[in-house]
Amino acid sequence: MAYHEIIVAGFGGQGVMSIGTTMAETAMAQGLNVSWLPSYGPEMRGGTANCNVVIADTEIISPIVLEPSELIAMNQPSLDKFEPAVKPGGLILVNESIVERKVQRDDVRAIYVPSLEIASELGNMRVANMAMLGAYIEATKYLTFETVVDMLRNIFTGKKAHLVELNEVALQRGADCVRR
Amino acid sequence: MAKELWKGNEAIAEAAIRAGCRCYFGYPITPQSEIPEYMSLHMPKAGGVFLQSESEIAAINMVYGASGAGARVMTSSSSPGVSLKQEGISYMCGAELPGVIVNVMRGGPGLGTIQPAQGDYFQATRGGGNGDYRLIVFAPANIQEVVDLMQEAFELADQYRMPVMMLLDGMIGQMMEPIEWKKPPVSPDDLPAKPWATTGTKEGRAPNIINSLFIDPEACNVHNQRLEEKYRRVIENEQRYETNDTDGAEVIFVAYGTPARLARAAAGLLEKEGIKAGVFRPVTVWPYPYEALHEVAIQDSVKVVVTVEMSTGQMVDDVRIGVNGVKPVSFIGQAGGVIPTPREVANAALKALGR
Repeated sequence: MAYHEIIVAGFGGQGVMSIGTTMAETAMAQGLNVSWLPSYGPEMRGGTANCNVVIADTEIISPIVLEPSELIAMNQPSLDKFEPAVKPGGLILVNESIVERKVQRDDVRAIYVPSLEIASELGNMRVANMAMLGAYIEATKYLTFETVVDMLRNIFTGKKAHLVELNEVALQRGADCVRR
Repeated sequence: MAKELWKGNEAIAEAAIRAGCRCYFGYPITPQSEIPEYMSLHMPKAGGVFLQSESEIAAINMVYGASGAGARVMTSSSSPGVSLKQEGISYMCGAELPGVIVNVMRGGPGLGTIQPAQGDYFQATRGGGNGDYRLIVFAPANIQEVVDLMQEAFELADQYRMPVMMLLDGMIGQMMEPIEWKKPPVSPDDLPAKPWATTGTKEGRAPNIINSLFIDPEACNVHNQRLEEKYRRVIENEQRYETNDTDGAEVIFVAYGTPARLARAAAGLLEKEGIKAGVFRPVTVWPYPYEALHEVAIQDSVKVVVTVEMSTGQMVDDVRIGVNGVKPVSFIGQAGGVIPTPREVANAALKALGR
């Protein structure tokens, strides 16, 4: 039985919500059950934002994630806030570009992704979140890159079609951080 | 049919349009502003009317007017805004006008907070306006149910000529889940005729009158008795509920909306500790499924009934009526936008069991 409880957290504007919705859409396309729950309110406006995503091959009971099996920390306040909550044996993906410290726990797996450097090299800062997503997919191995790319092809059409390849490369560069 | 990922608020708006609703009047308020936002874009495309009113009071009175003219119509708001609509809701009940009112609840009282809560249960089920009236109140717990019930809400409103409320907590409004559109869209042209509506006599019939004023006490009493008879038919025919693992359970959690999901998670925790727990979830909170709850509670296996709410304890009154003293009823809840955790809920059950 697969039951993934994920928190994606960071500053507003880092693409935190869209990492979550892309995960949820991908999982749904693969026939899994999903729920996506955003934090909402004043903290979204320039402060920290997070979303709870649950992905399972069984019925999803509660959409609220208190003890994530996986955490994607896009900034330091998010790592500080949610690191203690991660389940033992869980996974923490750290946006190495702006988080200045390492994961302190030794009972979780930590992976560091220099998302801004990757995005900068690719010439488009907006794909930083895709690098994080690529690392997540590679580290957890239940969502497939093919499904994500299929979805990107549906989103980016016409004049924006060239963005498919850019996002695909960002996903793979993120995945490389897991393989290294 | 492929599943689609929908946000609760947007799904409720789309479900209304698919149910043949062609008039939306409302005023934005967190956490339901995606409903008017979605309506502002899609209602005109469907050939309907979207109007952002100057206030919630104006919106409910526009609903009154459009409904009187025979339109399938709705409004939506969140707790403080729904308070403002209460007078109009009472008038709609008095004038026997159908319509759907969505309340995506947030913490109160007063302006409270924008985070999810369930403090409007009394207002929804007992009536926040004046007079002897009732609303059918649906309390969905997931987005598929939101979508399925929305069409039913409009149908029942027309059938009984009374307002129907969709009572959601902010969590259901804000979250996204996969849904299927199970029923084909309804065209407003295919809806049953409303011979009572004020559509203009064209000198071919006597004028219809939409009114809640019955100045003669005898006439007002007759009117109230007739409404009461209608509400009795609703009680007989429209109770909805769901049970999960209640057969042979030691602990029965009772909860609606998001807390019902937390209660199921709590039941899972108790099961790991060797205690069988089930969840009774009213889907209509008026009419309340008292007898069904009683049947569950009266089982020999049941030791305690634990009510879970995102309030300081409102539905627990209905639970006590349903259980009617056959088993002890206890309560666990948090208010003001704080959500009880499954562990807290499980612990409340352990405490009730004396462990």
